[in-house]
Amino acid sequence: MRGTTFMKIATRIAARLAKAAVVLLAILVLNFLLIHAAPGDPAVVMAGEAGATDDVFLAQLREKFGLDQPLYMQLGKYVWDVLHLDLGFSYRQQMPVFDLLMDRLPATLLLTGSAFAVSLILGVAAGVLAASRVGKWSDTLISTVALLFYATPLFWAALMGVLLFSVVLGWLPPFGYETVGSGFTGIRRALDIAQHLALPALSLGLFFMAVYSRMTRASMLEVAQLDFVKTARAKGLSRAVIERRHILRNALLPIVTLAGLQAGQLVGGAVLTETVFAWPGIGRLMFEALTQRDYNVLLGVFFVSAAMVIVFNLITDLIYGIVDPRIRAQ
Amino acid sequence: MKDFWHRFRANKGGIIGLALLAAIVAVALLAPLLFPGNPWKMVARPFVPPFEGMKFPLGTDTVGRNVAAGLAYGGRVSLLVGLVSTLAALLIGIPVGALAGYFGGRIDDLLMRVTEFFQTVPSFALAIVIVAIFQPSVVSITLAIGIVSWPPVARLVRGEVMSLRQREYIEAAILQGLSTPAIILRQILPNAVSPIIVMASLMVASAILLESSLSFLGLGDPNLMSWGYMIGAARTVIRQAWWLSLFPGVAIVLTVLALNLIGESLNDALNPRLSRRRS
Repeated sequence: MRGTTFMKIATRIAARLAKAAVVLLAILVLNFLLIHAAPGDPAVVMAGEAGATDDVFLAQLREKFGLDQPLYMQLGKYVWDVLHLDLGFSYRQQMPVFDLLMDRLPATLLLTGSAFAVSLILGVAAGVLAASRVGKWSDTLISTVALLFYATPLFWAALMGVLLFSVVLGWLPPFGYETVGSGFTGIRRALDIAQHLALPALSLGLFFMAVYSRMTRASMLEVAQLDFVKTARAKGLSRAVIERRHILRNALLPIVTLAGLQAGQLVGGAVLTETVFAWPGIGRLMFEALTQRDYNVLLGVFFVSAAMVIVFNLITDLIYGIVDPRIRAQ
Repeated sequence: MKDFWHRFRANKGGIIGLALLAAIVAVALLAPLLFPGNPWKMVARPFVPPFEGMKFPLGTDTVGRNVAAGLAYGGRVSLLVGLVSTLAALLIGIPVGALAGYFGGRIDDLLMRVTEFFQTVPSFALAIVIVAIFQPSVVSITLAIGIVSWPPVARLVRGEVMSLRQREYIEAAILQGLSTPAIILRQILPNAVSPIIVMASLMVASAILLESSLSFLGLGDPNLMSWGYMIGAARTVIRQAWWLSLFPGVAIVLTVLALNLIGESLNDALNPRLSRRRS
């Protein structure tokens, strides 16, 4: 019995991994097509503005990338290179794109991870509060604020955060990853980074905070109508126990599904947040690549952010299987 | 129709949204009358603060352009891009969803794989890459937004078509010898219109958010004034000139809020059974 459940989980994971690999491959093909669909010479596109005027350099590039060969050969070479962690070279930064990305990735993971936690915890808490006081003024207040956050552009929320908390109140640093040249180590350094992280993480999490609070509220109100909740009430259980153990647990399921959707929004939103706060992650790198027309870096960031989303989806998928036994049994 | 209006009116939010949107559309349409001349032109000294005179009620920006004029002209771009890119998304999503839902089987499998792919790819990052590679212009921005926002439409239409396909009146139509395109276009899709309308109204809102984010990053059409561009250009001077970032942002929030409120009201009015269950 135990063995078959394990086998089922193993095959499920294998199937998911295979699917993820296919999606990554498709993204590579898309990247390749985009380079070749761009108006003008792909060599110019790949060199970026850096080498666009140098004919000898362009000729070298053409030979290096085999641009005289048929398209499918070029695609094969491109995929082969990426499999060997070669995402091309940034002629602007004079560095392999892969190294650039790996340099910047930890900061982005820290930012998106914190934003995810913040939005999930605060959003669900606000939703539970609103649902337990449905119709009262606190419910109206939470729902109105959520509606406003839902309509607020991410980058503007970030800027207004800087205006209020850094310029007017002076509570939090307006930009950067840590205090430059402070020489902090250990716990002091962690605290310093956390202080710099607060505004970016909050503004990046704002939109999904609103989404989670609205979802949680609606989902809790719906579950509260179900028969098993009536039974629990009839048994004489206290309101708090019913809310926590019966309603919230079941109401959280659709929220795990949403979490997968949030991954894509988070890495996309990181481009905006990191630009506003000069946060040294891959989002900021994408903005720099935009202003410098460094297409190799641009496509590299796109590929890595898609890979991040796929990994995140795999994880939520596994968590979902653990949380909901009905899926595990399938 | 009367019944629909009655139900729509029952929701206060929808009426507020409608009034708000009407005001925004009016200002955008009347921009050339309210502010004759080019919104890019310098009209006064830079950094005139707001509320100091009737001439520039919202102040001037870093190079002395009229902020109020920028807002009015920016509204045209936001609304236009929001509307046209949503149409583009519908033009991709409806056929994909209808074909997948009607034929099922292999076609469904294939089309849904493609849809899933576009849903997995981080949409904002893809939009950035498309606009950057094809050079920023109204056309590339609209196309990029359309390309990243069609998958939910396809899923919705597929579900609707699948359930309608089982109905008896469709079987009758098949037996009558109606051609497949006629069945899909004239018998099935008209019955799936109301959820599509609801989704489209919410999509215009998110398209406006996307457009403003792109132009904030400097990927706006270089010839058109837009709200996102105004905020992006004012970003570095936020200490000296708060109003340059504040007002365009308020304009975006109000527009998106209005569309969301309308979308929710439409949902209540068009799917009365669903909405009663919800509240």
